[in-house]
Amino acid sequence: MKKECIYSLKNSYRDDLNIYGYRFGRGEKAACIVGAMRGDEVQQLYICSQLVKALKNLEEKGAMVNGNEILVIPSVNHSSMNIGKRFWATDNTDINRMFPGYDAGETTQRIADGVFRAIQGYSYGIQFPSFYIQGDFVPHVRMMETGFQNPSHASLFGLPYVVIRKPRPIDTATLNYNWQIWNTSAFSVYTSATRRLDDASARVAVASVLRFLTRVGILRYTSHSGYIASVIRDDDLTSVKNELPGIYRRQAEPGEEVYRGQELAVILDPLEGEIISRVLAPADGIIYFAHSDPLVMEGTIVFKIIRRLHE
Amino acid sequence: MKKTVVSVGLAVDESLRVVKNVIQPETVTGKEKRICIVTGTHGDELEGQYVCYEINRIIREHKECLKGIVEIYPALNPLGVDSISRGIPMFDLDMNRIFPGDENGAVAEYVASRIIQDIAGADLCIDIHASNIFLREIPQARVNVNTARELVPIARRLNLDFVWVHSAATVLESTLAHSLNSIGVPTVVVEMGVGMRITGAFCHQLTDGIFCVMKDMGIWDGETITPKEPIVSQDGMVGFVNANAPGIFVPSVEHWMNVAEGEVIGHILNPLDGTVEEELLAPVHGMLFTLREYPVVSCGSLIARVLGGDFA
Repeated sequence: MKKECIYSLKNSYRDDLNIYGYRFGRGEKAACIVGAMRGDEVQQLYICSQLVKALKNLEEKGAMVNGNEILVIPSVNHSSMNIGKRFWATDNTDINRMFPGYDAGETTQRIADGVFRAIQGYSYGIQFPSFYIQGDFVPHVRMMETGFQNPSHASLFGLPYVVIRKPRPIDTATLNYNWQIWNTSAFSVYTSATRRLDDASARVAVASVLRFLTRVGILRYTSHSGYIASVIRDDDLTSVKNELPGIYRRQAEPGEEVYRGQELAVILDPLEGEIISRVLAPADGIIYFAHSDPLVMEGTIVFKIIRRLHE
Repeated sequence: MKKTVVSVGLAVDESLRVVKNVIQPETVTGKEKRICIVTGTHGDELEGQYVCYEINRIIREHKECLKGIVEIYPALNPLGVDSISRGIPMFDLDMNRIFPGDENGAVAEYVASRIIQDIAGADLCIDIHASNIFLREIPQARVNVNTARELVPIARRLNLDFVWVHSAATVLESTLAHSLNSIGVPTVVVEMGVGMRITGAFCHQLTDGIFCVMKDMGIWDGETITPKEPIVSQDGMVGFVNANAPGIFVPSVEHWMNVAEGEVIGHILNPLDGTVEEELLAPVHGMLFTLREYPVVSCGSLIARVLGGDFA
């Protein structure tokens, strides 16, 4: 394992931002893994740190296949993480909406450019991002439909689901999108938490990456085979919204099979405590996403269900 | 007449409401043109608030001059304006990157969708922005090159100093202006002033221009000024100055003045040891139309934009 600073941003009132990469093996740029890019992606940082630990052990045991190099960048934006902010510490911009970056541009464009220069040219790119809607997901691999996506490779992670979605204009500045445009097969791996540690899903995520690296011939590692993934598209997901705002009590969890009409959550009057609304499943299926905050506005997407899919 | 464009219940005893004021002439024929004045997409951009007030006031004082329908939307992001938050509180994405919205999407996307539905059918929309807290801008219109043929003639009448015809970018396809232009509502974006402040002179200048355009459209037949002729320019003429060192930016020049190529625009200073970290120079000869307002800068912070050329 070799630790190096892949990008540094000089600061005036605090320590410089140094973004570190951990290299394993030597040879072709085989795989690059990027962790926390936002300041609240603590789970993503944790997963990457566990991955660094695992790869270090595996490399010492000779498990890297000769001629391959893996680069892991656990944290891009600890300037924000250290002060409890999600987006860039000074101007609140999102580094993951600045790719491919610009070396003469604004601060987060420069960071994106510096990171992108270091992570270009790899055959596979794996990112642990968080979603713009807060909540818990069933572990899955997400790909954008850029025309370069490869769902069969995504299934090699052995996670239960591979989700393919059409990029919106705002997505064209994300790392995942730009990796694909620059000929890296890019995958975003989502687990069930962001701001808190979830050990179980972190272990799933680490195992899925090691499984993937083994299956594409970069690593020698014996693991459980995982799932044969169900490939789903955005169109296969039904959003479930609550009718009334208030206190939200969740009664169903990501990955759970539910039936049409089943009660998924109740909404309580926030002042009087009575149940004022019940959230019912509109279709049979598997819960893919569940809102996690205790308060909800009217019309919040509290669940997403993969329609007509059974355990 | 106040109308609610969209309302969403918040968790505890309150609703998010986007409200507009619809002002109609005393006699309505059904053939009136309709203009929408929208602002407050970014909660820290307040210049448009005063423009909205002024338009309301002037129409109220000369109601007999109103011949069309004026709809004023002071706050598309009312919770952001109230809480001094640029974005929609508790929502990750910039509101001006989620249009045309999604009726079945997250709350903010639903709100965006209802706003588009509400403005649809208007004959013109003016979308007023106020830069951000970091930069001061001269009164200007921003027009996508793909809509320049239709919109530049309107922008020229808005009594602005500058019309910037910028290149198309995929990410800008999610803006309110792009979405409205796509459904046939000509929409001009105005940028002026600085975030979290109101620059009275700029607001009066734009208000005068909006009445000129309203007169052109047959919505207003009261007295108007002769709007000033703006500089119209494309991307290629604009030079950028970004910080290459962190510290405190202190300008050496005034905003909205001509600078020579290589002229010192300002310095980035180190307050701890009293040294100059960087001297910033004008990249081209021209007019300084954007200047850093917020003193603390990081590597990369935008300091200035200069429109190349000779200007009186």
